Amino acid sequence: MDTSRSYLEPSSFSKKMAAAIIIVYAVITLIPISWMVMTSFKNVDSAISYPPEVLFEPSLEGYVNLFTNRSRQSQEYLDSLPAPENWYEELVRSREMVITGPSKFLGRYSNSMIIGFGSTFASVFLGALAAYAFSRFRVPLKDDLLFFILSTRMFPPIAVAVPIFIMYRKLGLGDTHLGMIILYTVVNLSLAVWLLKGFMDEIPKEYEEAAMIDGYSRLQAFFKVVLPQAMTGIAATAIFCMIFSWNEYAFAVLLTQFNAQTAPPFIPTIIGEGGLDWPAIGAGTTLFLLPVMIFTIILRKHLLRGITFGAVRK
Amino acid sequence: MSEIKIVNLQKSFGDFTAVKNSNLTINDKEFFVLLGPSGCGKTTTLRMIAGLELPTSGEIYLGDEEVGMLRASERDIAFVFQLFALYPHMNVRNNLSFPLKMQGYKKSDIKSRVEEAAKLLRIDHILNSNISSLSGGDRQRVALGRALVRRPKAFLMDEPLGTLDAEFRELMCLELKKLHLDIGATTVYVTHDQLEAMSLADRIAVMDGGEILQADEPNIIYNKPKTKFVASFIGSPGMNFFEFDEGISKDQSFVNIEGTKFNIPKQLEESKGSKNFFGIRPENLTLSNNEGLKGSVFGVEYLGSRKIITIKTSLGEIKVKTDISVNAKLNENVQVKPLNNNIIIFDGETDKSLNSEFIK
Repeated sequence: MDTSRSYLEPSSFSKKMAAAIIIVYAVITLIPISWMVMTSFKNVDSAISYPPEVLFEPSLEGYVNLFTNRSRQSQEYLDSLPAPENWYEELVRSREMVITGPSKFLGRYSNSMIIGFGSTFASVFLGALAAYAFSRFRVPLKDDLLFFILSTRMFPPIAVAVPIFIMYRKLGLGDTHLGMIILYTVVNLSLAVWLLKGFMDEIPKEYEEAAMIDGYSRLQAFFKVVLPQAMTGIAATAIFCMIFSWNEYAFAVLLTQFNAQTAPPFIPTIIGEGGLDWPAIGAGTTLFLLPVMIFTIILRKHLLRGITFGAVRK
Repeated sequence: MSEIKIVNLQKSFGDFTAVKNSNLTINDKEFFVLLGPSGCGKTTTLRMIAGLELPTSGEIYLGDEEVGMLRASERDIAFVFQLFALYPHMNVRNNLSFPLKMQGYKKSDIKSRVEEAAKLLRIDHILNSNISSLSGGDRQRVALGRALVRRPKAFLMDEPLGTLDAEFRELMCLELKKLHLDIGATTVYVTHDQLEAMSLADRIAVMDGGEILQADEPNIIYNKPKTKFVASFIGSPGMNFFEFDEGISKDQSFVNIEGTKFNIPKQLEESKGSKNFFGIRPENLTLSNNEGLKGSVFGVEYLGSRKIITIKTSLGEIKVKTDISVNAKLNENVQVKPLNNNIIIFDGETDKSLNSEFIK
């Protein structure tokens, strides 16, 4: 019998099994995503060819189409134009079209950025203050209040779509950045309070007491001593809030049309000639995926540090 | 540096009274220890002096100023926590500068004061280390350093050696004592460890159930305890008590316990009731072949140079601390007698010690 390892440690066979399961799962998950990325680099014809092309000649047509508006022109008209000035004009002309201007994608994308990061910041900031208060002070009806905050997540947010639609119209918040930031903050806040309260409870109150004795006010102690130690929780909460507000579709469709429309309701409306422009949609979704991915990778360092940090602390 | 005075201090949490009507004066430059079992109110008292809890009633004076209702940040005191509470996201230098930054010192002043404190505590070589890489003893020194740099009116310490292992604790105990002699700051120190209290304190206050039972120098606390609790809490093991049914009158110099006559110091005070306690420390008892209380040996503990023999008698278990050469086998029948007249009679009704020739 092999006695060289602890009973608590998994055997090498079970480790291999676990690795195999993870790899299979990762492949299954990644197939649609890589297909999407591949589509974004195909041209219109190869994107819809049957049987599907796995190997293809990459093209940036999808990205060009995503960022531009084009119109079809007759060959005579195209011939009468001066030579194309750059590669993407040439690409568009080869399809017998001319660029008529930039598309709305960039605007929608920056709306998504403003609303996503804005509401994430607001949720985490307000959530951290509320969580600290719930964690440290004798708040009257504390348990009931916490349950009330949690209960706001017990129905699907879309169930209140109609009242919110009417309220927003009356308040003039419809189709505004502020309106969407407030809405996503409200939805995310309950999650933020509950998640952060758990992390705040873990931080011994002696740290702020020490800071207060060292001459700092409670608010200063909160920012200088408590928040840095709650970084793990803040990172985790920020990722969850960001994912929600970045991906949110239903309210965005309902409440935004022009000024504050985010990317999710916009991407499916990218219509090409004679059907959907799949490479452009692929390009839109690929670009849409990037910010959350980068955000998570940046904050991942804090998440991992937090896991080991918490494990050894008394 | 200054005197700390507590007047009629009281603290309640809902129905529970943590500190009852306490009065205490801690002299300037004194090392004062609050000693008691957990839940006796010693930490609450300390936290009220620090400003981390507000008193329900009563006053706290720091020097001439009444500070009972001031914020912690306005009191100019330093606090050393049991778990050190060093800020883990800052290195040692930043931990030490943290209190100075708030007070608006110049950068160069902060640097020189931090380095001065670090030198005093012999942590100048680890100023740029991270907190997480420090040993328990070094963390303790950094925590002391953070208290020291501010040159506050008083140091408050809440079981600062509690989390150290035994070896370090002894070492830090010595260092604390030396540090106190060096800087001579008023210090209030909370502990449940009587050895720590005995070795550090100029004066000790023993607390139980939210009350201060006695505040005196260590040798007086040990030799002339004012209440039964103090006598049993101090000393290891604590004092032996035998209950007896006899009132004590003035000038009485012996009592009968279970038919055995015991000499006691001449009493100067009479008891309130007829049920009283005879108290004697284990080291003032000895085994005898022909006189004293009869019993059988129940347990023997070796302490190196001394041994503690537990004897079961009709009056309960008696602990005797004797020389290592004394032989006692388990279940052997022995007799126990007082070695000397260092005996204290405690009033059965008030639990207070009665004045005698031995304790006045």
